[in-house]
Amino acid sequence: MSASDDHPAAVAALTAHPNGGPAVGHLRSADMLRIASIGLRTRRVRAALSALGIAIGVAAIVAVLGLSASSSANLLTEISRLGTNLLEVTNGQTLFGQTAELPEAAPAMIRRIGPVESVASTGSTSASVYRSRLIPAINTNGLSVDAASTGLPGVVGSHVIAGSYLNAATETEPVAVLGWQAAQLLGIDRIYPGERIWLGGTWFYVAGILSAATLAPEIDSSVLVGFTAAERYLGFDGHPTTIYLRAQNNAVNAVHNVLAATADPETPSNVDVSNPSAALQARADAQSALNGLFLGLGAVSLLVGAVGVANIMVISVLERRSEIGLRRALGATRGHIRAQFLSEAVLLSLVGGAVGIGLGVIATAIYASAKHEPVVIPASAWAGGLGAAIAIGAIAGLLPALRAARLSPTDALRTV
Amino acid sequence: MTAGPVLELDAVTKRYPAQPPVIALDEVSFEVARGELVAIVGPSGSGKSTLLHVMGTLDRPSEGTVRISGFDVSQLNDRELAGLRATEIGFIFQQFFLAEHASALENVGDGLLYTGAPAAVRHAAAAEALDSVGLAQRARFRPPQLSGGERQRVAIARALVGHPAIILADEPTGNLDSATGKTILDLLDELNRAGATILVITHDHEIADRMPRQVELRDGRIVADSGVAPSGQMMRAAREPLVR
Ligand SMILES: Nc1ncnc2c1ncn2[C@@H]1O[C@H](COP(=O)(O)OP(=O)(O)OP(=O)(O)O)[C@@H](O)[C@H]1O
Ligand SMILES: [Mg+2]
Repeated sequence: MSASDDHPAAVAALTAHPNGGPAVGHLRSADMLRIASIGLRTRRVRAALSALGIAIGVAAIVAVLGLSASSSANLLTEISRLGTNLLEVTNGQTLFGQTAELPEAAPAMIRRIGPVESVASTGSTSASVYRSRLIPAINTNGLSVDAASTGLPGVVGSHVIAGSYLNAATETEPVAVLGWQAAQLLGIDRIYPGERIWLGGTWFYVAGILSAATLAPEIDSSVLVGFTAAERYLGFDGHPTTIYLRAQNNAVNAVHNVLAATADPETPSNVDVSNPSAALQARADAQSALNGLFLGLGAVSLLVGAVGVANIMVISVLERRSEIGLRRALGATRGHIRAQFLSEAVLLSLVGGAVGIGLGVIATAIYASAKHEPVVIPASAWAGGLGAAIAIGAIAGLLPALRAARLSPTDALRTV
Repeated sequence: MTAGPVLELDAVTKRYPAQPPVIALDEVSFEVARGELVAIVGPSGSGKSTLLHVMGTLDRPSEGTVRISGFDVSQLNDRELAGLRATEIGFIFQQFFLAEHASALENVGDGLLYTGAPAAVRHAAAAEALDSVGLAQRARFRPPQLSGGERQRVAIARALVGHPAIILADEPTGNLDSATGKTILDLLDELNRAGATILVITHDHEIADRMPRQVELRDGRIVADSGVAPSGQMMRAAREPLVR
């Protein structure tokens, strides 16, 4: 038959029969990728909007993980720099609810505990402090005036950022050192010779300003004077209110356990003992609890994004019935149709996920560099973001893809 | 080489489950030989589209046998049927069903998509097929930039790009004005003379009368077939229907 010359494919199929069946339909993976992206390429605004939920969710998760990694990296170096062996002894309350008093001898007693390396103390006074004597006495400014021992900065991990700290000579004189917040509130940022503040009815010379005491933040808003000067000029009774000490690293708990009884052998229950670096650690934990909240919000956003993708895929399958029918007529199997719509959903959420990772990294970089923290994006953040996007696309696309594949080609072709 | 019929239907019945059941095809039997140009003509609701779907393996008959290029459709699973459609059958629809975002060349190339042919082979074959329908100059145009007749010619090129054993056309001129429709019918005639086996479904006797052979369908039954010669040989000369 003359026609056979023009129909090599048909002839090949005929000669193949009856030994075997016809060739089974086959689609190249490059072509699958191309047809899976049709929906994205032809309906860009819709694709962008439906991927937005996933982008926001992934961005939130990446940013939260990135920010907490950056700030915990920062906090960890801070904690290890400051040491975890600082203990704090404060006067608690008596059985009758009154403020208790630490014995004057308590610092010396504590210094005698073997594994204690150094001790410093402060004692609060009732004096007020002003920049000048013209400010009315009612105008209190939230600053406290405390007697402080000469070793205080070394024990709490602070240092002078201007001038010098109290020493054996200035400890007895009307000389004050300012915590950094106190200095700010008094409007003093440099030390001039002869600089004075009006403190408890006397002029005190300002000797220095301390850096932030991360482990003892109460010092930041204090004006510190020597114990002797406090007793001489401010009517201070000499009882310490807070004792700071450093214990040997391996004996922190042991020292912690005997501190109350050592500080006040008669009424140890009047004494509070705490570990400020543990408190800092607790603050980091509280921060990660907040992270949990944001991660939850990110997860909710991802869920909303998944619903968005599923919704758009359902609509897409309905709209593209005739395309599905045509593809079946061209030789697509149910599997090809299923794979096409599943890949389209995954591709859609992958685009959302990639955009989300970009946004999350940018947010982390901006925030961390503003806080002078290192920018740390843990691998789990972006890998998790991409993984979540793929999983969401697959889950959201599964039902629409199954529906598309189940559609009978005749029904699909009849709809117009 | 002895070539049997390209398409054989033997007592094909198609029932749709409904109350009462619809018998869309009722014991339909006929054969199409290689190189034929056949019209299936019948009024609306007579079962023409159902017949096309059954012949095109898009639907399975309730009873009876369908053979395409010798393959018994009932012996093949869904994936094998898809393979059969990819290689042995070309479809032309009233609504063209072209991808709007793709060029004419890409649309025609899609006719080979599910054969697994590499892109270069598809492009070369598509260019050749476009040339054979007279649209070589429109290869880069997208469907919205083409006239209705040109769109249908792209769809025809897509149907014949894989050199299928048979091309099935359902109302190919249904969406076109009569002058444009005539050019499409002329094209099908020309392709048939070049060797393609084509089966055209229409409700229009004027169109059917142009074809060498007419099969008339009414209420799911063949009531006339101009082409069945006693010897089983096709009769291109017999243009008069047996029953009118
Ligand atoms: N899915 C279905 N379920 C029930 N009945 C159906 C279904 N599809 C078709 N039919 C019925 O089968 C009969 C034949 O339908 P078909 O679409 O084949 O007719 P047709 O000859 O192509 O008509 P037209 O010229 O209007 O396209 C009709 O009576 C129709 O109502
Ligand atoms: Mg019809």
